[in-house]
Amino acid sequence: MKYLSRSMIAVSALALMAVAAEAKTFVYCSEASPEGFDPAPYTAGGTFDASAHPIYNRLTEFKKGTTEVEPGLAESWEVSEDGTEYTFKLRQGVKWHSSDTFTPTRDFNADDVIFSYDRQGNADNPWHQYTPGITYEYYTSMDMPNLIKSVEKIDDYTVKFTLSQPEAPFLANIAMPFASIVSKEYADALDAAGTREDLNNMPIGTGPFKFVAYQKDAVIRYAKNPDYWGTAPIIDDLVFAITPDSAVRLQKLMAGECHLMPYPAPADLEAIKANPDLTLQEQAGLNVGYLAYNTTVAPFDNPKVRKALNMAINKQAIVDAVFQGAAAPAKNPIPPTMWSYNDAIQDDPYDPEAAKKMLEEAGVKDLSMKIWAMPVQRPYMPNARRTAELMQEDLSKVGVTVEIISYEWGEYLQKSMEAGRDGAVILGWTGDNGDPDNFLSVLLSCASAGEGGANRAFWCNEDFSKLLKDAKVTADPADADQALRRRAGHLQGAGALVHHRAFDPVCADVEQGLRLRDEPAWRFHLRDRRSGRVIRAAAY
Amino acid sequence: MIRFILAKLLYLVPTFLGITIIAFGFVRILPGDPVLLMAGERGVSPERHAELSAQLGYDKSLVLQYFDFLGRLMHGDLGNSLVTKKPVLTEFLALFPATVELGLFAIILATVIGVPVGVLAAIKRGSWFDQISMTTALVGFSMPIFWWGLLLIILFSGILGWTPVSGRISLMFFFPNVTGFMLIDSLLSGQKGAFGSAVSHLILPSVVLATIPLAVIARQTRSAMLEVMGEDYVRTARAKGMPPFRVIGIHALRNAMIPVVTTIGLQIGVLMAGAILTETIFSWPGIGKWMIDSISRRDYPVVQSGLLLIAGLVMLVNLAVDLTYGLINPRIRAT
Amino acid sequence: MTETTAPLSDAAIRRQMLVEFWFYFRQNRGAVIGLIVFSLLVAIAVLAPVIAPHDPTSQYRDAFLVPPVWQEGGSAEFLLGTDAVGRDMLSRLIFGAQYSLFIGIVVVAIALIGGVIIGLVAGFFQGWVDNVIMRVMDVILAFPSLLLALVLVAVLGPGLTNAMIAIAIVYQPHFARLTRAAVMGEMKREYVTAARVAGAGNLRLMFRTILPNCLGPLIVQATLSFSSAVLDSAALGFLGMGAQPPSPEWGTMLAEAREFILRAWWVVTFPGLTILISVLAINLMGDGLRDALDPKLKRS
Repeated sequence: MKYLSRSMIAVSALALMAVAAEAKTFVYCSEASPEGFDPAPYTAGGTFDASAHPIYNRLTEFKKGTTEVEPGLAESWEVSEDGTEYTFKLRQGVKWHSSDTFTPTRDFNADDVIFSYDRQGNADNPWHQYTPGITYEYYTSMDMPNLIKSVEKIDDYTVKFTLSQPEAPFLANIAMPFASIVSKEYADALDAAGTREDLNNMPIGTGPFKFVAYQKDAVIRYAKNPDYWGTAPIIDDLVFAITPDSAVRLQKLMAGECHLMPYPAPADLEAIKANPDLTLQEQAGLNVGYLAYNTTVAPFDNPKVRKALNMAINKQAIVDAVFQGAAAPAKNPIPPTMWSYNDAIQDDPYDPEAAKKMLEEAGVKDLSMKIWAMPVQRPYMPNARRTAELMQEDLSKVGVTVEIISYEWGEYLQKSMEAGRDGAVILGWTGDNGDPDNFLSVLLSCASAGEGGANRAFWCNEDFSKLLKDAKVTADPADADQALRRRAGHLQGAGALVHHRAFDPVCADVEQGLRLRDEPAWRFHLRDRRSGRVIRAAAY
Repeated sequence: MIRFILAKLLYLVPTFLGITIIAFGFVRILPGDPVLLMAGERGVSPERHAELSAQLGYDKSLVLQYFDFLGRLMHGDLGNSLVTKKPVLTEFLALFPATVELGLFAIILATVIGVPVGVLAAIKRGSWFDQISMTTALVGFSMPIFWWGLLLIILFSGILGWTPVSGRISLMFFFPNVTGFMLIDSLLSGQKGAFGSAVSHLILPSVVLATIPLAVIARQTRSAMLEVMGEDYVRTARAKGMPPFRVIGIHALRNAMIPVVTTIGLQIGVLMAGAILTETIFSWPGIGKWMIDSISRRDYPVVQSGLLLIAGLVMLVNLAVDLTYGLINPRIRAT
Repeated sequence: MTETTAPLSDAAIRRQMLVEFWFYFRQNRGAVIGLIVFSLLVAIAVLAPVIAPHDPTSQYRDAFLVPPVWQEGGSAEFLLGTDAVGRDMLSRLIFGAQYSLFIGIVVVAIALIGGVIIGLVAGFFQGWVDNVIMRVMDVILAFPSLLLALVLVAVLGPGLTNAMIAIAIVYQPHFARLTRAAVMGEMKREYVTAARVAGAGNLRLMFRTILPNCLGPLIVQATLSFSSAVLDSAALGFLGMGAQPPSPEWGTMLAEAREFILRAWWVVTFPGLTILISVLAINLMGDGLRDALDPKLKRS
C-alpha cells in the first residue's frame, strides 16, 4: 500500500512511430520491478502495472480516468435490498491465456472467481500459503475477511457474494488489483506438476496481454492476447524496461529507448515541456501531503496555535521548490477532483506577521518544536527533507525554533503513531478507490487515532466520526448526508493539517505518442491519472 | 602444495563462521520492522502485527534465529525474500551474471589498458607520456565514480547520443537466457546485431567501474617495473647489450607481473563496492543494486544471505589469488 | 645509512630526519602542488565563516536554482549559482570543506588508533591472540568496504557520525595488519631485545620502542585512508546514508542535486568537482609522502 501512494506523470515520445508501425513493439520504461506476477499478495503500484493490468481482469473494472465502475468479467450484477447480497452474471466465452506449459481446456467460469477469493480469505485453502511467507495484505486491509461472509456458485456463470454488512464502495473495491481473477484450472495443473510457485512466476490470465518472459530487475515481455474478450490491443509486443531512476528514464525516452515513462522528476518538467518530441500529460492527483501536529499535546492542542503555525508556513514556496510548481496548496483534506470537495473553504493565508501575533495571544513564546521528515519519496511529497527545511526557515521568522528529525522508513511510520509523540509529522495519503471516505476516515476519524491507525494528528471529534460512519453504510453516493459530513470535516479538521497536493498521474497519451489515434482501441493498462490507483487507463 | 592449499582452506572455516555472524547479527539488529514496512502508511493492527511476526519467525530469540539460519544454510536454504517471497538464492543467481559480466569486462578493460600504460610509463620514466599518464591515473584514482558516471551519461548518452542510457541490450532483441551473460547469449542467439548491442550497453558502465582499478593497475605496474628494472640482473642483461625490448619482455615484465597479478586479484573487492554505485547509476540489474534496495527495504533474508554470498565469494577469490601467487612464486609456500 | 660520527641528541636526529624528508618531498612537484591545494582547503575550511559570501543554510526564496554568474540569468550575488531552495552554492561548497576535512581526520584518527592498538597487541603477543584478532580482521576485510559501511550505517542510523564510525571500522583492519607486520619484523631486531633486557615493560616496549619504528608505512596508509574516507563518505551521502541535509556535505549535496542533472548542471557539477580536487590533492601529497618515507624508492 505504501507504494500505491504515488503519482504519475507520463511522458511519451513521438519518435516511436516508425518502430511501432513496423514491429508494433511498445516499450514502457517502468519505475519499479514487480515483486511478483500474482497481484494478490502484493501492494505496490509497480507490481500491479506489470501484473494486474496487462495480464488479468476483475469482476468489475474502473472506467478510464474515473473511479466509476463498469462491467469486467462480470457482465452485470444485482444488489439485494439490504445491500448485503451481490449476484454477478459472468461473461461467457472468456479465454484463458495459454503458455508453453499450460493449455486451458475450458473458458473462464464461476470456479475461477470462487478460487480467486477463497485462496485469499480462507486460511484452509491449500493455495492460501502456496509460497512460504505469502500474505494477502491488500485483501486484509480492505477488511475483506470480515466483510465477505461467503462466495457461492449459483451456476457456471453466476456467483453470489454475501456481505456481513452493506458496504457502499464494494463494487469499486473488487475492481482493485488484488481482486484479479486467476485460473483455477491452471492452479490445479501447477499442483499436479508440483510447481505452485509458477502462479507467481508464469502468470496465466484473461487480460489483453500474455506474459512471455521476465528478466529480473531488467525487462518484462508480453505478447498480445489474440483472443481477448474486450477490444483487442493493437500492438503485438509490450515491453517493460525497468528503470528506477527518473533521470535515467527520461534519458532513455529522449534517446528513443522507450516510448513512455511514468513519474518524471518535478525538476525535469520544464525541460520536458520545452522538448517538442515529448508529450507531457498531467492531471491532478488523488493525493494529499500533510503536516500532522500532535493535537493531544500542548500547545498544539490549541487550534489557534495550529492555525498560527499554518499561517507562518509559505505553502507556495514548498510547491515551487519541492514540486517545481507541479502541485497546488491544499485547503481540504481531500483533493479537488474528488466528489464532495468543498471549494468554499478559505485557506489560512500566508501571513507571518499575523501568525506571530496569534502566537503571542495564545501565550506561546520561544516555542521549539520538531518536524519529522520522511526518508522516502512519495508523489505527495517528493522530498520531505527539503520541505522541512523550508518550514524550518519560515517558522524561524515567527520565533519558532524547529529541529528536523528523521528515521528509517519503517521506524518513521511506527514512531509517528506513538501516543504522545513529540513533533509534527510530514506524511501524506493517496486514495485507494476514489471514495472520500478513504481519505477522511483513514486520516481524521477517532477510530484511526489509536494503535494501528493512520490518524497521525490524533485529532478526534466524535461528531465528525459519527458522520463518517453513517455515510459509509449509505449506498447512495449522492446522499446529502455525505456532503454534510465532508463540510463538517473541513471545518473542524482545518487546524490539524497543512497539505498540498501533487498534480499527478497522467495517463500516458499513447495515441499521441504513437500517432495511433485512428486505430481501434489499444488498451495499455496503466494506473491512471487518479494516481496511484490502479487502473487501466488507456487509449481507445 | 596440497598441504599449502589445505592449510589455506582450513583458515577459511573460522573466517566463514565470522562472516555468518556478521551477516546475521548486523542485519538482525537493524532498526525498523519489516512487518510495518510491508504495511506502509496504512498501518497494521497489533494483532495482525503479532501474527505476521510469528509467521516470519521474528518472535523467537535472536540466538535461536541464528541457529535456525545456520541450520538452513547447511541445507543450502538461504531463505525467501520478504518482498518478492522468492528464494534468495534464485534471485541471486538471476542477477549474479549481470554483475560478473560487468565486473569481468571492467577488469579486462583495466588490465588491457593499465598494464601497457604502466610498462610504457616505467620505460619512459620522466617523459611527457609518463607524466601525463600517471597524472591521469591519479585523477582516476581520486574519482568519485558516482559523479563520474552521471557526467558520462550526460555527455555520451545525452548530448552525443553515442551510447545507450541503461539496460543490458536493446529491447528489440529477445532470445532465451542460456548463461545469463548477455555477451554470450547474444552470440548464441545468432541474431544480427545483438552482440554489438550488448557490447554498446556494457561500455559506459564498465568504463565507470574500471576507472579506479585501471588507475591502480597502471600505477602498480609502473612501480613494479621500475623496481625490477633496478635489479641487478636486468642491469646486467642491459649491459651485455641485449636489445631493450627483450630485456623488458623477458626479464622485467615477467617478474614485475607477480605483484601486478596480486593487485588485479585484490581489485575484486573494490569492484564489488564500485558495482553498488555503478549499478545504481546505470540501473544495471545486478547484485549491487539488489543489495542497496534490499537494505533500504529491510528485506532481512536478502541482506543476510546476500552479504554472506558476496563475502564468501570475495573470500574464495582471495584464496585463488593466494594460490596463484604461491604457484608463481614458490618461495611463498614455505612460510 | 647509519654512519654514526658523533652521538646526536634525539631532537637533532628528528630534525635531521625532517630536513631529509622535506628534501625528498620537495622534489616531487605533484606533491608540492597537492600540499598547496590541501593547505588552501584547510584555510578555506577554517576561514569559512569569514570568506563565505552567504550563510550556507539561508534560503533566498526569490532565487531558486539561479545559474552561475557567467551564465545567462546568473547573478553576481551568487557566484556559483543557487540550489533548489535558493541557497548559495559557493558558500555551501566552502562550508562543505569543513565537513570533508573533519570526516577525513576523524575517520583516520579512529581507524589509526584502533588499528594500531589491535595490530600492536596481535604482533606483540602473537600466538592465539594474534590468531583470533587476525581472523576477525579477515572477516571484516571479506566484505566489500562500501557494502559493509552501508549495512553498518543502516544499523546505526543514517547520519554523519555513524557514517564516520562505519567507515573507520571498515578501514581499521588495514592499519592493524600493517602494524602487526611491522611489529613482527621489529620484534626480531636487536634493539627490542636490548630494551627488553634493560627491563622495559610491555606497554613501553610497544608504544615507545617499537611503534616509532613502524611509523612510515602507517603515515602513508593514513593519507590514503584520508582520501578514501572523503570519497566513501561522499558515496554514502550520495546513497542517502551519510550526512543528512541541510548540512552542506559534498556527497549529500550531490545526492540532493541528482534530480536536477538535466535542468541545472551547476548543482551537480560543482560538488563532484570539489570532491575530485580535494581527493586528488590529498593523494598527490600521499604519493610524495610515500616516496619521501620509503627508502627503497628513494634510491631508484
